[in-house]
Amino acid sequence: MAREIVIDPVTRAEGHGKITIHLDEQGFVQDARFHVTQIRGFEKFCEGRPFYEMPALMARICGICPVSHLIASAKACDALMAVSIPMTAQYLRRIMNLAQLVQSHALSFFHLASPDFLLGLDYDPAQRNIFKLIEENPNIARDGIRLRRFGQQIIEWLGGKRIHPGWIVPGGVSEPLKPELRDKILAEIPEALAIIQRTLDWFKRTFDNYPEEIRTFANFPSLFMGMVNDKGELVHYDGKLRFVDAAGKIVADGIRAEDYQKVIGEAVEPWSYLKFPYYKPMGYPDGMYRVGPLARLNIINFCGTPRADAEWAEFRELGRGAVLSSFHYHYARLIEILNGIERIEYLLNKPDILSTHVRAHAAPNRLEGIGMAEAPRGTLIHHYHINEDGIITKANLIIATGHNNLAMNRGVLQAAKHFVNGSKLTEGALNRVEAVIRTFDPCLSCSTHALGQMPLHIQLIGPDGEVLDQKIR
Amino acid sequence: MKDRQQVLSRTKTLKIDGHDVSGREDETILDVARENGIFIPTLCQLDGLSAHGGCRLCLVEVKGSSKLLPACVTHVAEGMEVVTNSERLIEYRRMIMELIFSEGNHVCAVCVVNGHCELQSLAQRIGMTHVTVPYLYPRRVVDASHERYALDRNRCILCTRCVRVCDEIEGAHTWDVSGRGIEARIVTDLNQPWGQSETCTSCGKCVNVCPTGALFEKGKAVAEMSKKRAFLPYLTLMREKRSK
Repeated sequence: MAREIVIDPVTRAEGHGKITIHLDEQGFVQDARFHVTQIRGFEKFCEGRPFYEMPALMARICGICPVSHLIASAKACDALMAVSIPMTAQYLRRIMNLAQLVQSHALSFFHLASPDFLLGLDYDPAQRNIFKLIEENPNIARDGIRLRRFGQQIIEWLGGKRIHPGWIVPGGVSEPLKPELRDKILAEIPEALAIIQRTLDWFKRTFDNYPEEIRTFANFPSLFMGMVNDKGELVHYDGKLRFVDAAGKIVADGIRAEDYQKVIGEAVEPWSYLKFPYYKPMGYPDGMYRVGPLARLNIINFCGTPRADAEWAEFRELGRGAVLSSFHYHYARLIEILNGIERIEYLLNKPDILSTHVRAHAAPNRLEGIGMAEAPRGTLIHHYHINEDGIITKANLIIATGHNNLAMNRGVLQAAKHFVNGSKLTEGALNRVEAVIRTFDPCLSCSTHALGQMPLHIQLIGPDGEVLDQKIR
Repeated sequence: MKDRQQVLSRTKTLKIDGHDVSGREDETILDVARENGIFIPTLCQLDGLSAHGGCRLCLVEVKGSSKLLPACVTHVAEGMEVVTNSERLIEYRRMIMELIFSEGNHVCAVCVVNGHCELQSLAQRIGMTHVTVPYLYPRRVVDASHERYALDRNRCILCTRCVRVCDEIEGAHTWDVSGRGIEARIVTDLNQPWGQSETCTSCGKCVNVCPTGALFEKGKAVAEMSKKRAFLPYLTLMREKRSK
C-alpha cells in the first residue's frame, strides 16, 4: 500500500514549513515535497505607500536579516532617485550588511545546526538544541553566542537597535560614523577572528563523521547563482549576477540588477506559497539553481581577504568544479563569517570612513527601480514601480530562500529516498530529512513574505492520498 | 486704585483637583491648569491657534455640571471646582485614544514621525496599552502630489490644526474638512490634489503643526521627521503687534 509521510512543522528553521514524503505501493519513496504554508502579502500592501517608506517597511519581512532587506530596498530607492550615493555611505552600508551576515550565519550554524553535529543526528530530539549544547559543550556554545553578539552589537551601534534599525535610508545612511564607535568595533575584531578560526578547525575535523550525510544531503548537480564584482570577487553589497554549472563553468555572467528578469523566471505550484524561481534559458524545472553561502563560494574567483582565501582554497578541494553537497553550506557559512570579519576591519580602516557626507537627496527621477544585494541566505531582489508622485504602484520581491526552492525539494527527495523506507518513521531518518532543509538555512516566513513562528511537520502519504503516519514537533 | 479693582474683578479663584488657583476671566481651565503645573491631555489644542474643542481629550468634571466640559474652551469662573483626573476621566480618555487608533491606520514602527509623535507619546502617557475595539482598517489614499510635502490620511486624526494654522496664521485657507462623520477628511482647496492647489504657498506651517505623521516632508525616512512648533506663538504675537 502506498503512503505519505509528513514532517510538520519543520524545526530549527526560520518560519513554518511542512514536508510530505510520498511512498509507492512497495513502500519505497516515490516523491517528496517541501511546502511553505503561509503568506503575508508584502508585495501587495506596500502599494500606495510613498517609496521613501519602503526600506523600513520591507525590513519587517525578516527579524533575522532585516539589514539585507534594508539594503536591497534602499538600493532600489537609490535607483528610483537615480542617485549615486556617497562612497562613505556605501562603506557604512557594507559594514552593517557584513555584521548581519556574521550574526545570521552564527545563528544558523551554532544555534540551529550545531546540535546535529555535536550531539548527533540520532540524539533525543527533545534535547537536541542549543540548551543541551550549552550543557555539553559550553565553550562552543559560548563562542556561538559571542560571535552572534559581535554582529548584533555592530548593527546596534550603527543603527540604534539590533533589529529593524532605520539607519539605512534611500540615498545613503542617516548618520555618519563616530570615531569612538569605529574604535569600539575595531577592538572587537581580534576575539571574533579567534572564534571563527577555532570553529573552522573543529568543524573541518568532523567531516569524516558524516560521509553518508555529505553524500546525500542535497548532493546533486545544479546551477549556482550569486553576485560578484567585475573581478569575480566575493561581494555582498553590490555586483552583477553570475551563474555557474555543476562543473564550475560560468554559464552567465555580468548580469545587471536591471536585467534580472532576462535570466530568472518565477513558477508557481499549487501546494506551496513559495514561488519557484528558475534560470530562464534552461526552463522550468530544469533551470534549478542554488544561492547562498555555498553558491557564492562556488561562483567566485576569490574571496578578497587573506584568511578567507586560504580557507576557500581548501573548500574548493571538496569537489571537482563546484562543491555540490548542501551539507557544505555550513562550511561555506563559516568561511563567509571569516571573510565578513576581515572585511569589516578593512572597511573601518578606510581613510574616508568618518566622512560626514553620507547621504544623497533627490526626488524620484525614474519610475522603476531594482535593488539587488546578497543576504546571508542568498541573492535578494527588490523591484519597485512608482507613479510620478513617488507612490509605489507595484513591487516584486525575490527572496533568497525562494531561489533555493527547487533545490530544497530535490534535496528532501534525495534524503528521503536514502533514509526513509517502509512505513515507519524513525527519528533519525526524520531528522536527516529535516537537516537537509536546515543546511539551506531557509527563511520561510521571509521567502513567502509569510506570517508565523515555527517548525516542522512530516507526513507519510499513500498514493490514494491517505496520511499513514505523521510527526509534529 | 481703579485699575487695581478692575484687575481684581477680572481675577477668578477656583479649585483644580483640590488646589486653590486663580486666573483671569478670559483664561480657560486648561490655561490655568497649565500655569499651575496640572497636566490635562490635549491633541487638537496648540498654543498660538484658536481653540477647537474637537479631540475631547481635555474633558474635565466641573462641580454642578452634569456634563463633562472641554478644558480648552471652558473659561474659568469664580468658585469653580474642577476635577481633571478622576477614574471616570482616565477611563474616558483611554477610550477616546483607542477609538482614534482604531479609526485610522496608525503603524508607528514604519511612520516618519515615530518617536516624535504627539499621538504616540500621549497614548503612552495616558496608559493606553492595547486597542480593545476592532480596527476599521480604512482604505485611505496618500496624496504625494505636492512637490515638497505629502499627506497620509491614514494617520490623520482630524484635529484641524492644519486648517486653523493655514487660515489664521498664513491666511491662505488652503485646508478644510470635507464630509461628515467617518467620511470626514481634510482636503486642499476644492478637493483637488495638493500639488494642484492654487492657494497653497508651500510655507509648511501645516506640516509642522500636525501632531502625527499625516503631514510630512518628502524625502524623510522612518522616524526622521520631527516637527518645529516653537515659531507659532511668536508669529501670532508679531502679527498682532503689527496690526495695532
